Amino acid sequence: MGTVSALMTVIILIFVAWVGVQGFGLTGLFGVIIPYAAMTVFFFGVLTRIIKWSRIPNPFRIPTTGGQHKGLAWIPQAKMDNPYTTGQVVGRMFSEVFLFRSLFRNLAPRLGSDNTGVTYASAKWLWLFALLFHYAMLTTVFRHLRFFTNPVPWPVRLVEAVDGWLEVGIPQLMVSGLLLLIGVTLLLVRRLLIPRLRYISLMNDFFPLFLLMAIASTGILMRYFVGIDVTSVKQLLMGLVSFQPVAVKGIGPLFFIHIFLVSTLLAYFPFSKLMHAPGIFFSPTRDLANNNRAVHHENPWNYPVKFHAYKDYEAAFRDKMVAAGIPLDHPDAPSTGKESDRG
Amino acid sequence: MADQLPEARELSQIDLSMPSTGWMDTPVRMRKGIYCHGAQGKNIEAVGMPNPRNWRVEDEDWKLPPDWQEIILDGLRERLKRFRSLQVFMDICVRCGACADKCHFFIGSGDPKNMPVLRAELLRSVYRNNFTGAGKIMRKMVGARGLTEAVLKEWWYYFFQCTECRRCSLFCPYGIDTAEITIIARELLNLLGLNIDWIAAPVAKCHHVGNHIGMEPQTMKESIDFLCDDIEEITGIKIEPSFNRKGAEILFVTSSGDYYAEPGIFTCMGYLMLFHQLGLDYTWSTYAAEGGNFGLFTSHEIAKLLNAKIYAEAKRLGVKYILGGECGHMWRVMNQYMDTMNGSPDFLETPISPVTGTRFDHTVATKAVHICEFTADLLKHDKLTLDPSRNDHLRITYHDSCNVARGMGLLDEPRYIINRACNHFYEMPEETIRERTFCCGSGAGLHAGEDMELRMRGGFARANAVRHVRDRHQVNMLACICAIDRAAFPTLMEYWAPEVDVTGVHELVANAMIMDNEKERTLDIRGEDLPEQGIESDQVEKGDDA
Repeated sequence: MGTVSALMTVIILIFVAWVGVQGFGLTGLFGVIIPYAAMTVFFFGVLTRIIKWSRIPNPFRIPTTGGQHKGLAWIPQAKMDNPYTTGQVVGRMFSEVFLFRSLFRNLAPRLGSDNTGVTYASAKWLWLFALLFHYAMLTTVFRHLRFFTNPVPWPVRLVEAVDGWLEVGIPQLMVSGLLLLIGVTLLLVRRLLIPRLRYISLMNDFFPLFLLMAIASTGILMRYFVGIDVTSVKQLLMGLVSFQPVAVKGIGPLFFIHIFLVSTLLAYFPFSKLMHAPGIFFSPTRDLANNNRAVHHENPWNYPVKFHAYKDYEAAFRDKMVAAGIPLDHPDAPSTGKESDRG
Repeated sequence: MADQLPEARELSQIDLSMPSTGWMDTPVRMRKGIYCHGAQGKNIEAVGMPNPRNWRVEDEDWKLPPDWQEIILDGLRERLKRFRSLQVFMDICVRCGACADKCHFFIGSGDPKNMPVLRAELLRSVYRNNFTGAGKIMRKMVGARGLTEAVLKEWWYYFFQCTECRRCSLFCPYGIDTAEITIIARELLNLLGLNIDWIAAPVAKCHHVGNHIGMEPQTMKESIDFLCDDIEEITGIKIEPSFNRKGAEILFVTSSGDYYAEPGIFTCMGYLMLFHQLGLDYTWSTYAAEGGNFGLFTSHEIAKLLNAKIYAEAKRLGVKYILGGECGHMWRVMNQYMDTMNGSPDFLETPISPVTGTRFDHTVATKAVHICEFTADLLKHDKLTLDPSRNDHLRITYHDSCNVARGMGLLDEPRYIINRACNHFYEMPEETIRERTFCCGSGAGLHAGEDMELRMRGGFARANAVRHVRDRHQVNMLACICAIDRAAFPTLMEYWAPEVDVTGVHELVANAMIMDNEKERTLDIRGEDLPEQGIESDQVEKGDDA
């Protein structure tokens, strides 16, 4: 269900851009207005959400500890998995953000054939697919800076050179674009093939995958199969980033479909699960140190509670405590016998 | 009840296939054996919680207040502003499924709503519906649904099928912690008086009497005196511990399970013998007699309410610091909540071991030391004389309790102690120990009698690993440092891995410890015959290979 509606939505989006540009010549709308609007939504949307998160307190310091804590001096601490200092937290966050540490732990339980036992196999596929997709995405996005900068800075040129290491094709094949498409496809296939994953998936799990597939595909089509006027595209994009948009003629509809899908992704981002990207930096089980016993953590909304005071306890059990020889604060006070006040 | 419980062979036929209808369209069918009894009115009232009344899960009418939807939604709104964890966890899940097969309840039951991701979606769907624009407009398409009575009952059923063990959180790429979601969901349910009695009753007793089992001061003292009589029989040494003694150096707090029933009491005898041998200047308290905290399974406020007594008592007695016994969620609270909730205890001093002089610098804020840290330090400094051959009749494996593993990281201290006190220690498969440990299946207040099937299903993964070392290394003793473990495991082992008994780490210490002026020991702490010297110890190599 979710799969079909997500796919249909992406097809409709493609169709809208195609008709808009090809049929109505709305290049200004699709090439300037919508990208600006999308960027605005993205920027303010993400910012608003981040500000919202950062204003909510962490009442308790609740890291999930993934290794030996810092305790006795002679027992080695797992600094990365059970951080004690801010520096170690940074290390842990680095391993999560750049290496997907937690996904790397993944295990798959297997029920034995006689159904009486369960064993565990390492299952790094998700980790691999996710890493593949995210790094391909990062490289591709970074590479695209060549369209927004003049002159193109050397790091971008360097990444481009590395990305084209296969040295095949004219124009040269960029590995990242291809890997991006492969990565997204693998994530989609995984979601469709594993029954329990399909079961938990919503339309908003499929939509970004189809959208990214369409973005990568249109990009690949433009680069390798349907030649487009790169100079005009760069002119248009430079106009956008310098806030002096120019009307450029002679760019095919494929480009406008591509940029419309990217705009959709940007505008969708702040309201979707894609917010996991900034979100991980706000996850209290990962970004806090396990040092509660050494460093006080303040809960800003902490409030006093009326706990059962010792004097009431002693009053309730006075006689029994005296008989048992348990020392009292006020051995001579009369017993209230109130222990039975709650039936 | 146990008589309805299917045979182990039948229960292990786990169907992991998914239903044909989507999870939102699959109505919850509450099965006997999976859920616990609803909280009784008097137990809700005892701590001033809302909507006290007697109600039955089986009844159609749960006697909710008329404006219950408003109460829940207001409660959720308020908590979204109070807990960054909740807001972030509601927003960022990508449903990658990494958590799905990490939950012991899913592995043992195959019920899709026991996948942590779906457990969270039960709440997240209502969050989307009422607190996000997309959810308000696109509804079911984006996984949003309104809060109906059926949804509420589904929450109740599944949030009392989570033991807050945090295993899913370890594997989640963003650290989404179902324990946190369950804690807050239960907090919401408690706004309507929808606790289970197995939690509400201990909370009420702990609040008024001082411990979960409602043991009054004189009975508690008697109970511990009985243990001292047993110790005298075994060792010839008379121990006279003190209660509520002002001016003691250390306040010792442990879970009431340790002085209440077998096999916890054997661990308790271990503490008593150890402290006596060291000549420790410590006291028990009958007022702060509970380290465990079923408040954590109710709401943050009740957790704080019950925990507050510990520092209050430490102050009243004028002790220098707190020593905490072997208990799981007690240490989650002591490590991650106590100082924030009820600190800072500036009337206490930084803990220093009076025997070794070790300063426990990592506890300068809470002033609370775990007994395994304390004992490991003693052994490192050779302050105890141990004869590990007294444990030669035992072939031991060790279960990391979820809370100390994933809410603290106390992993190596107990292993060090076991290796010093015993000759035959075998680890379970590495995927099932340390930070990846499996829950006993009975944590977070689910250790009742009426939900036995749930407990056996939940403990299946743990027991399966125990059975593995039992068959491979003839393991006959499962050691742990959690009172709920000690209470839950005997039943679980009998069901899935017969012939494996359950012990605390300090029982093993007490068995091996040579005390000053003790008589020649012929009995172990359980009053059973000790192995004859040198018979078994040369048959098997010492090792921890798994």
